[in-house]
Amino acid sequence: MTTLHVLEPGLLTTVQDLGRPGRAALGVGRSGAADRFALRLANRLVGNPEDAAALEITGGGVRLRASGAALAALTGAACSVSVRDGGRSVPAVLNAPFSLPGGAELTIGPAGAGLRAYLALRGGIDVPPVLGSRSTDTLSGLGPAPARAGDALKLGTPRTPFHPVDLAPVGPPPTGDLPLRVVPGPRASWLQADGLDVLTSAPYVVRSDSDRVGMRLDGPILRWARAAELPSEGLVPGALQVTPSGTAVLFLADHPVTGGYPVLAVVLEDDVDRAAQARPGQRLLFRAVQAPNL
Amino acid sequence: MRLIPYGDAALLVDLDGLDAVLGLSAALENQLPDGVVDVVPAARTVLLRFDRSRTTAAQVASAVRRLTAAPVEQFGAGQVEIPVVYDGADLAEVGRLTGLGVDGVVEAHAGATWTVAFCGFMPGFGYLVGGDPRLRVPRRADPRTRVPAGSVALADRYTGVYPRPAPGGWQLIGRTERPTWDLDADPPALLRPGVRVRFVPMSTRTP
Repeated sequence: MTTLHVLEPGLLTTVQDLGRPGRAALGVGRSGAADRFALRLANRLVGNPEDAAALEITGGGVRLRASGAALAALTGAACSVSVRDGGRSVPAVLNAPFSLPGGAELTIGPAGAGLRAYLALRGGIDVPPVLGSRSTDTLSGLGPAPARAGDALKLGTPRTPFHPVDLAPVGPPPTGDLPLRVVPGPRASWLQADGLDVLTSAPYVVRSDSDRVGMRLDGPILRWARAAELPSEGLVPGALQVTPSGTAVLFLADHPVTGGYPVLAVVLEDDVDRAAQARPGQRLLFRAVQAPNL
Repeated sequence: MRLIPYGDAALLVDLDGLDAVLGLSAALENQLPDGVVDVVPAARTVLLRFDRSRTTAAQVASAVRRLTAAPVEQFGAGQVEIPVVYDGADLAEVGRLTGLGVDGVVEAHAGATWTVAFCGFMPGFGYLVGGDPRLRVPRRADPRTRVPAGSVALADRYTGVYPRPAPGGWQLIGRTERPTWDLDADPPALLRPGVRVRFVPMSTRTP
């Protein structure tokens, strides 16, 4: 059985699958990959089920060694990848499967575009599931601890056939301004009437204290229209909440199950994956679109 | 009941209050609309998250409208007893704030049957309602950085039991040794929406 040894864990590397849905009523969030599209793609490239567990690598800077041969793919953030085997170092291509010979060292360089890279390995990462998922929920502490140097991660036994793919036609995440589609949120009326106009009229900059729970944004102040306290209510990834001081928080995978501040706007589900690739300092451009009809 | 779109993969049901939340939660437990993947009851709302590949906001909305809110008693969530040693750090303060005194607080807290309205804050933390209205107290002005697991506490109209150590601003009135969160149990939470709870006073034991 192949084991992946962590030599350098980088800034934050966690095991992620598609999370643990269906338990929010018990106070358990879904968690899972922040960029679900990239995780699914990485898994497909190595012939795994889309919900297999992979490594979510924040910012790159990771070194790993495989004890035995493995098939791998890296998606999401654009990082340089090289495989060092017996003194020879060979670069690997992103968004395509590549082989890791037994004993080879895999080096994932710093992310040049995007923030979160996904390393899938054939068979998936076989840490014990917690409540049906192997994901690390950084808010509640459920799931395995983030990777540390010296950790050994076992790979599972492949259960689905592998259909060779050369390359997925996916570009790197954008490095410039990032457009995100939003619909009006459930409590837009708690903000001053022009709240959505303010949000969509100027860029909001991703702050460096953003994490898997949410992105803190710098931009024009969004003012509450009333001082009353909102009873806590359910949140989703992509919910854009406004704090009493008027700053915006865009929730990601490890958001709290409920929150007590008004949600002004909600980023469309597909665009939440793109938002999760925004780097500190990058500018978000919110664009209002029509909410679904009920 | 008001249905509000919440992005393109969820909708929020805005209700009159907790009774309506419990009623709709019970109805959803009996008959979950196709494609709904998560239900989040809260104080005045129920959030439904759905899988866009299986349903639409309009289909979920019409399924919710068809549901008749089930009476709370039909919630098949059961009843539990929680033994409590009433010696919390804020017990005297709660006795003063409510005017009930220490004994009066214990009597009121243990004398009512509470119901878990919803969970939140952390896995397995239930917000219990339906107790003695005289026990309504504000959160502490100065939250604690660490409240021990098993602490039984009051805030606003709720009582709750901390399943694990956590920072917290609730008023601590006692503690229980009965675990309320167990990852090896299914479901892992003892106090889940609809469960009815009685607190049973235990005498203080000195080691």
